Amino acid sequence: MACGIRLQEAGKKCVIISSGQSALHFSSGSFDLLNTLPDGTKVTNPIEALKELKTQSPQHPYTKIGEEKFAHLAQEAQRLLAEAKIQTIGSYHTNHYRLTPFAIAKPTWLTMADYVNAEQLDHFPWKNISIINFTAYLDFHPNFFADKFRRMGMCVREIEIDLATIANNKNNLSEMRSTNIARLFDSEKAFANFANILKSKIEKNDAVLLPACLGLERTDVVDKLSDILGITVKLLPTFPPSVSGIRAQYLLKQRFMELGGTYMLGDTVNKVEFEDNRVTKIYTVNHNDIPLRGEQYVLCSGSFFSQGLVALPNDIIDPICGLDIDYISDRKQWFADNTFDKQNYESFGIKTDERFLAIKDKKAISNLHVCGASLGGFNALKEGCGGGVSLLTALYAAEEILGNKE
Amino acid sequence: MESINKSDNNFEQCLKCTICTVYCPVLAVNPDFPGPKHGGPDQERLRLKMPSFYDEANKYCMNCKRCEVACPSNVRIGDIIQKAKLKYSRHTPTLRDFFLSHTDLVGTLSSPFAPLVNTALGWNVTKQILDGVLKVDRHRTFPKYSHEKFTTWMKKHADEQKQYPHQLCYFHGCYVNYNFPELGKELVQIMNAFGYGVELLEEEKCCGVALISNGFASQARKQGEVNLKSIRKAVSQKKPVIVTSSTCAMTLRDEYPHVLNLDNKDVRDHIEIATRFIYRMIHETKAFDVSKLKFRNRPLKIAYHTPCHLEKLGWEYYSLELLRLIPNINLTVLKPNCCGIGGTYGFKKENYENAQKIGAPLFKEIEEGDFDFIVSDCETCKWQIEMSTSKKCIHPISVFAQALD
Repeated sequence: MACGIRLQEAGKKCVIISSGQSALHFSSGSFDLLNTLPDGTKVTNPIEALKELKTQSPQHPYTKIGEEKFAHLAQEAQRLLAEAKIQTIGSYHTNHYRLTPFAIAKPTWLTMADYVNAEQLDHFPWKNISIINFTAYLDFHPNFFADKFRRMGMCVREIEIDLATIANNKNNLSEMRSTNIARLFDSEKAFANFANILKSKIEKNDAVLLPACLGLERTDVVDKLSDILGITVKLLPTFPPSVSGIRAQYLLKQRFMELGGTYMLGDTVNKVEFEDNRVTKIYTVNHNDIPLRGEQYVLCSGSFFSQGLVALPNDIIDPICGLDIDYISDRKQWFADNTFDKQNYESFGIKTDERFLAIKDKKAISNLHVCGASLGGFNALKEGCGGGVSLLTALYAAEEILGNKE
Repeated sequence: MESINKSDNNFEQCLKCTICTVYCPVLAVNPDFPGPKHGGPDQERLRLKMPSFYDEANKYCMNCKRCEVACPSNVRIGDIIQKAKLKYSRHTPTLRDFFLSHTDLVGTLSSPFAPLVNTALGWNVTKQILDGVLKVDRHRTFPKYSHEKFTTWMKKHADEQKQYPHQLCYFHGCYVNYNFPELGKELVQIMNAFGYGVELLEEEKCCGVALISNGFASQARKQGEVNLKSIRKAVSQKKPVIVTSSTCAMTLRDEYPHVLNLDNKDVRDHIEIATRFIYRMIHETKAFDVSKLKFRNRPLKIAYHTPCHLEKLGWEYYSLELLRLIPNINLTVLKPNCCGIGGTYGFKKENYENAQKIGAPLFKEIEEGDFDFIVSDCETCKWQIEMSTSKKCIHPISVFAQALD
């Protein structure tokens, strides 16, 4: 999507084919750039850690991008999000901290501006806070947060609000999931009722923290609540699905479409034709015998979860294009016995040249760029770099296509 | 070893990611509906163990297929729910369900008396009776019947259609036949301009989508068999089969094999929506040079609404590309919101309020847009938009035909 938006901004005609909705629906509310080096060293300043990353991991996508381009693309990513009305805080110079739904502080690069975040580990500027929960809400566990903040010496009040008082619901379990609650707040009337109830319950707090499920389409709920209450209002992450991730997906798609892009949702590429080391056309399930032809193609089909890569008993394949894959041929080395150890299979991906052009039968395909989780050479989970690799390599592909090598 | 709990759908592919629940238009307004994930794959594993686990609240599913479009694992969630309704529901279809779904019968009875029927259906007293007795909501406006059926008109013009160098068969559907033959005539006009003569299928029945959603599976299957036999004959004569209704197209291609267990794989790829057929002629086979067409060059500010079933087919692209051929057109693609009608769903008294709530964001966007009119490929979307907004809703084929000089 980031690649498509960048291309449309530059006046190209771009089609995105997406097999169902994206992984942004499980977003934590943050994008990681680089949290840990492959040897386990913690990273505070991602840009400064690139030299060491190059030594430890010559095949890492960031190593291929290079230091200068890395800084440029990281800035571009933040600009692109902001233009799509996704406001974030953070910088590629220094990681800040976010909270997980289990209230564990983790370093990160960009965080949605209305989420709780801290510049230093476990350092929050409040002494007296309230944490709000909704009765019977299934995706949020405030006790984790309350416990954490109390151990940091804060005075924490946990307040539970029954949403049945602001809207006629609770007929069905599914109502108490994040997205359904979020929809309630899209209604001005329900929001006003909620704000009144909240105002009556808040006393002398520095901040009010609410679960991140306030408004599916609206983006102004936090700011409005803060104005009404006269104190800081911030969001705490919930378990998936992620309301802010869904909204981010919606806003990015909207931006892409407004720029004239075509978004084909719910379709799957089932055949790709090559000629002279170039992709000539692609076929999809929906469009069947009518192929799509482009000058340039970008593959961002993801890793195993989204079936961009498929593991056979002794082989790993790219089921779409049949590209060469970077992986260890000995299956025994794919996995570590301990689930929480580094798993080699997580670093497998499509082989690319130094410009992220796909390799097929040991030859680079001159108009097929690869980006995101389809790439190998990094471990998104252990290194905390999944969001950054996706955004930066997508923008790298866009700039390659546009011939902008600055 | 014999497998147990064998299912004929792919419910086991569901990862429980809940993405489908975000895009279900019913779940957003009706808390009684368990939702696509729960009513579909979740409950399917229970139903396979014991049919009594079937939840009658699945009747609230409007079969829009938005869950399937959103699903990253390609689970056929809508199909799972539709099949479960047909297989396990203990609800007996009512007289209202019968009249709403047997479109051929009702159309055949109404057409000869069209002026009378149309007038009577507009009366408040008729609406009150339909509301009270049959539970068809009184707020609903009904599509008008045509005095002359499209098939009657076609038979009169059959000889002149045979003069064209190429021939194709047109699956007109109930709406064009009984209510709005003008659309069929405009399709004939365009196809003639492209060098194709238009024929009727040997025998055409209603595609059966309303029968499926109202619980008349065996009748839907019978009609499907008749349609497939006719389509096979057309295909064997190398005649393409084109459709103007997005829902008929989806039913003939996908509901037949997935919900009715009718094998159509020998002809499925030969059935397509008219705008896709035209796209192929212009852009793929280059069989037609579009510069030969003369347009009226009238400035138009229009908005396109993507019907749910066309989005499922992934074919709205072709309708948009056809509209973009019209010079001096200012085309807005409306946000992907369901209109709420769901075929016969929104006609039912128990669904009317929720159908209007589902459509509300779309209606708002239409009213705020200052468009000349709205364009959509689905007849029931048209009824819903025209009833709920101040704008007319016109099929892209009609828009294209009317733009020609």
